Amino acid sequence: MKLLTCHDLCISYNGQLVVDHVSFSLEQGQYLCIVGENGSGKSTLVKTILGLVKPQAGHIAFSNMQRKEIGYLPQQTQVQKDFPATVFEVVLSGCLNTRGMRPFYSRKEKDLALKNLELLGIGNLRKKSYRDLSGGQQQRVLLARALCATKRLLLLDEPVTGLDPVITAELYSLVKRLNQEHHITVVMVSHDIASAVTYADQVLHMGSHMLFFGSVQQYRTTELYRHMTGGCDCD
Amino acid sequence: MIDFFVDFFSYHFLNRALLVGVLVSLCAALLGVSLVLKRYSMIGDGLSHVSFGALSIAVAFHWAPLPVSIPVVMAAAFCLLRLSENSKIKGDAAIALISSSALAIGVIVMSFGSGMNADVYNYMFGSILAVSQSDVWISVSLSVIVLTLYALFYNKIFSVTFDENFARATGTKAALYNMLLAFLTAITIVIGMRLMGALLISSLIIFPALTSMRVCRSFQGVVILSAAIAVVCFFIGLLLSFLFSTPAGASVVVVNLMALVVFTLLGKCLRRAR
Ligand SMILES: Nc1ncnc2c1ncn2[C@@H]1O[C@H](COP(=O)(O)OP(=O)(O)OP(=O)(O)O)[C@@H](O)[C@H]1O
Ligand SMILES: [Mg+2]
Repeated sequence: MKLLTCHDLCISYNGQLVVDHVSFSLEQGQYLCIVGENGSGKSTLVKTILGLVKPQAGHIAFSNMQRKEIGYLPQQTQVQKDFPATVFEVVLSGCLNTRGMRPFYSRKEKDLALKNLELLGIGNLRKKSYRDLSGGQQQRVLLARALCATKRLLLLDEPVTGLDPVITAELYSLVKRLNQEHHITVVMVSHDIASAVTYADQVLHMGSHMLFFGSVQQYRTTELYRHMTGGCDCD
Repeated sequence: MIDFFVDFFSYHFLNRALLVGVLVSLCAALLGVSLVLKRYSMIGDGLSHVSFGALSIAVAFHWAPLPVSIPVVMAAAFCLLRLSENSKIKGDAAIALISSSALAIGVIVMSFGSGMNADVYNYMFGSILAVSQSDVWISVSLSVIVLTLYALFYNKIFSVTFDENFARATGTKAALYNMLLAFLTAITIVIGMRLMGALLISSLIIFPALTSMRVCRSFQGVVILSAAIAVVCFFIGLLLSFLFSTPAGASVVVVNLMALVVFTLLGKCLRRAR
């Protein structure tokens, strides 16, 4: 069952085309990795899917869900160093999209926030201040917030930047588990092609235009993939 | 001691100033938490100067001061918000331009009237005699509106303050809530300005938020503590001003400053203890 279809998207900033005729579609339960070099427009594409940036041309269609039901983990969260907020407050704010005009959170939302904290193994941090956490812990908190916002689609923009290899591996398997056990469709932006082909089942490779979209099996056979992994080995 | 309080409460103008001042401090403290965290504190300062200009024009033409200045300051709030969100124009420079222009126009208009010096002094630094009985009713109802809206939209305001992009992505109309914050700030500044003065009113917005952030770890804690600090500081400030015949607005600001120093030290101790 289709969840998300992007048709012929063109996005530009100040007349400069950043995303050039990108089309792809996503079935429910799939795991898509968006790869590509810096500045190829991955974050821009993600923001367009979220409705934060308006496309020049093309359209995005959701079926069986609304746009505001996406769980989003931003690439950089511009939270100031000294923002006073507890982990629980942050995670709970993910439930806001289901509240509509009703002003206060109910028991149900608080339980959902607690459940997601436990799911990500950070239940003990609940009362801590967000600003006092390590980078990896903060990332988990934001992932828990994203989970509160969605039952279907997670959009993660470079979730492992700045995390050590152990925590990175943990986060990857966590997301994979969410995808397989909780049937949440995942779109992840990543620079790590090796992990992308291990965990994902679809790949979208961005460049000056859309270089590849298809399954991981197909991607492995492309010249592009050999070139990229070859390049990685030389590093 | 008891005589002192009996004395204090026997002055009607003091009672009025206390009522309006406590409500304004409360509103300013609540809004201040978001404004400080969103780096919007400059807007509060700019609005107080615009409010000065609007008030002096209203007085010069013998119009009712509050009903004239509130729409003007709201319009200014709208413009200032737009300016500071648009990163291409230098937001802080634009705010400084608007506020000094409003100040200049206000002073010129006032110089046409009589008693220029006393009036300017009162408008700059506030006067507890300025609150009339009809102002009290307007101020009380506006404060109740501000507090109610703040309470109703508390969770949205948190989300928009913490992470605006995430809030927008999950369907919260961030621009609307930014506007709400600016409008509520505009109302608060107009009703508090004549009591506290154009130059001092923005301290009511900034001080309590900064003070409570020294010790609190949660947003809710900061909001509640700011409100408490603001009310207590206003009360103490007014008492001291009555006791030592010092200007009321300035006394409140100094008490706030002392609270900030005390809480900063307290925060240092707490952090060491943890
Ligand atoms: N708000 C903006 N205004 C103008 N140009 C922008 C804006 N955001 C991004 N760009 C430009 O669009 C291009 C794509 O940026 P984008 O952030 O989407 O890249 P990315 O693929 O996510 O890169 P990275 O891997 O570094 O995260 C870049 O050239 C960038 O300079
Ligand atoms: Mg990016």
